[in-house]
Amino acid sequence: MLSQRPTYDDEAQLSDAVLLATRQSNYWLAWHDLIDASRHWRLILHLSWQDVRQRYRRSALGPLWLTVSVAVQIGALGLVYGAIFKIDLSVYLPHLAVGLTVWSMFATTINDGCLCFISAESFLKQVALPKGIFPARVVLRSLITFAHDVVILVIVLAIYAHPTILGVLASLMGIAIFAINGLWIGLLFGLLSARFRDLAPIVSSVMQVAFFLTPVIWLESSVHGRLATLLQLNPFAAFLSLVRDPLFGNTPTLQSWGIVALVTILGWIVAFLMFARFRGRITYWL
Amino acid sequence: MRIELQNVDIDFPIYDARTRSLKHRVLGLGPPRVGPAGHHRVLVRALRGITMTLTDGDRLGLVGRNGAGKTTLLRVMTGIYEPVAGRLQVSGRVASLTNITMGMDMEGTGYENIVIRGLMLGLTRRQSLERVEDIENFTELGEYLNLPLRTYSAGMLVRLAFAISTSINPEILIMDEMIGAGDKAFAEKATKRLERMMASANILVVASHASETLRRLCNKAALLRQGELIAMGPVEDILRRYESEN
Repeated sequence: MLSQRPTYDDEAQLSDAVLLATRQSNYWLAWHDLIDASRHWRLILHLSWQDVRQRYRRSALGPLWLTVSVAVQIGALGLVYGAIFKIDLSVYLPHLAVGLTVWSMFATTINDGCLCFISAESFLKQVALPKGIFPARVVLRSLITFAHDVVILVIVLAIYAHPTILGVLASLMGIAIFAINGLWIGLLFGLLSARFRDLAPIVSSVMQVAFFLTPVIWLESSVHGRLATLLQLNPFAAFLSLVRDPLFGNTPTLQSWGIVALVTILGWIVAFLMFARFRGRITYWL
Repeated sequence: MRIELQNVDIDFPIYDARTRSLKHRVLGLGPPRVGPAGHHRVLVRALRGITMTLTDGDRLGLVGRNGAGKTTLLRVMTGIYEPVAGRLQVSGRVASLTNITMGMDMEGTGYENIVIRGLMLGLTRRQSLERVEDIENFTELGEYLNLPLRTYSAGMLVRLAFAISTSINPEILIMDEMIGAGDKAFAEKATKRLERMMASANILVVASHASETLRRLCNKAALLRQGELIAMGPVEDILRRYESEN
């Protein structure tokens, strides 16, 4: 009697009845993969939570460790660079706090995005889960980590900047737009990094350079002339401005919007074409 | 339900640090051409020209020596490796019982893991929750289900993983070797449960070295050798041939 197992009539599962057919076009299969991945949102949520939890598992302060270390960093950098640049802390600290936390979200999304398939090798070789799950897991994980830093931002902004509700909403929209880009970045760079293992370290050094080219620790107002125009073409600066400017009552420039729109559209087109072409090869590369 | 393979080839490109390197790609310093494709890379042909059709009621046993391509063929049917050449068509919900603990969270409790493992199997949260009672009864873990998995013994972990993984009713069931769970008393119960699951699947594909198991479970068998399908037919004929060759 014990081995009796009830049968369930709602066996319709998350995935469509698996229908693998090489006759289907690559584009259709890629699209289907992404749609199917979105149906697995609960799995994505679980995986990203698990990733974050693993970092502070069983420590006394728990999730606060993430926040504390960022707060210490902002405080130290704020004091040092505020003095070097001779900028009033009430201006510099909020600028730096938003800049550093948002930048670290950008950087982790992109660096981890390169590893999204490589690090999921054990899954990809065992089950036929939609590949789109893994870039989404990386993006969500960065967002969850960023959410820990929001505590710091709330405090700093409440003391120094007093953003409006509308400004906060606009800033959140900037984050959402970045998240949409994080997905194509993970899809494209994850795929390329699985094939070319040198790519991830290259991307990570590029990100370090990009950090200094982006107004995170310096203020845009302190750069003038042609250099300023050039630096404004930096897409990271554009994404950052979409998140940061509204918090300080500024409107992001049309140019920033233009760059972000261009990156989003072109990025998705290239990523989708590459994904459609090489989706089936990813497991072979791992 | 149907699995159809037509001339399916599976090649594994072998990349080492040299071939995988961007430097070689960019500078055109690829390694010497070795593989059959001569594409700056070495190819290992894992499956060659596999053609077979499985329909409702088929219970296929895969036999062959180590490295003959059994596991690869199972992974092709599961949808993990998409064929390099040839056509593959699978209609039906596929479940593969290859790594039953995959995705389980050692920090999560037994109950949490029922949902987590369920997500891996493609179940919704609600569907997993419906299975809790059955899993409680089967595993006999009692209060342990409230504790994190890291406190479990290996046997307890397997029991839980087994109970969850066998709580679904796939239309196509794919297995690499028989799985079992726990001590002797429990093993019997586990076998019963597994065989019920197998019986309810429309198509079963199992790779195994244990001829007796295959004779009992399967009505067909396929013999693989070095990635090629040598013969396919009634289980007894194929097994006799395989045994005489070894």
